[in-house]
Amino acid sequence: MTLLVTVFAAIIATVVWYKNAPEDKLKVNILCFIYWGASIMWLVDALFEYAELRAQYFTPAPADMLNDFYLGLCVAALGLVIWLIVLLIKDPRGVLKAAVLKSKK
Amino acid sequence: MACFIVPAAEAVIMTIVSHAVKNKEIKTEQSAPDSASKASKVPFSRKLGWLTKMLWGGSALLAFEHIWHGEVVPWFPFLTAVGDPADTADMLHEMATAGVLMAVFVTVVWLGMVAVSSAIEKRAENAGELKG
Repeated sequence: MTLLVTVFAAIIATVVWYKNAPEDKLKVNILCFIYWGASIMWLVDALFEYAELRAQYFTPAPADMLNDFYLGLCVAALGLVIWLIVLLIKDPRGVLKAAVLKSKK
Repeated sequence: MACFIVPAAEAVIMTIVSHAVKNKEIKTEQSAPDSASKASKVPFSRKLGWLTKMLWGGSALLAFEHIWHGEVVPWFPFLTAVGDPADTADMLHEMATAGVLMAVFVTVVWLGMVAVSSAIEKRAENAGELKG
C-alpha cells in the first residue's frame, strides 16, 4: 500500500512537471525524483516480500493495509515538505528575498 | 531493517562525484567558452544530479518508514537491530540483498534516463547539422 501511494504521488508530480515543462519555476522535478526514487526502492522491498509470501502478499490483513496506507500518506507529506524546504532555500523566483526586503522597508 | 543505508551511502559518494564533475566542467568552459555543440547538451553533472536526487529522496523516505516501524531510533546506536547479534546478522543480510538491489535498480533507471536524454541530444544535433 505504501508503494502504491508513493507511485501515485510520483505519477501526479510527473504529470504536473510535464504540464509546465520545459519551464520548472517551482522545481517540481525535485518532487518527481524524490517520489520515483522511493517508489523504486519500495518496489525492490515488495519483490523481496513477494518472494517470501507469494500469493499471500496480495491479501494483507485490513489493519496492516490501513497502517501501510497511513504510512504512505505520511511519506507523501514528508516528500512535499522536503520539496518545499528545497524550494524556499533555492528560491528560484526570488519571492522569499523580495518578501524579506519588503518587510525591511 | 536498515536497507536504506546502502542507497544513502551511494548518494553521499555520487554527491561528491557530482560536485567534482561540476567543478571540472566549469574549468573546461572557462578554458574553451565558445563550444556550440557542448552548449546544447545537458551537462553530465546535471545528469548526475538526477541520480543523487533519486537516491537522497528515496533514502530519506525509506528512513522515515524505518522510524515508523521502530527499526531506527533517535538515540545511540540508532538501529535497534544492533542490540542483538542475530538481528544484526539479519540486518547485514538485508543490506547486502535488498539494500544493494535498491541502489542497483535506481542506478539502472538513471542509466536509462541518461541513454534517452543522450539519444534526444544526438537526434537534435543531427537535425541541426542537416538544417545547417
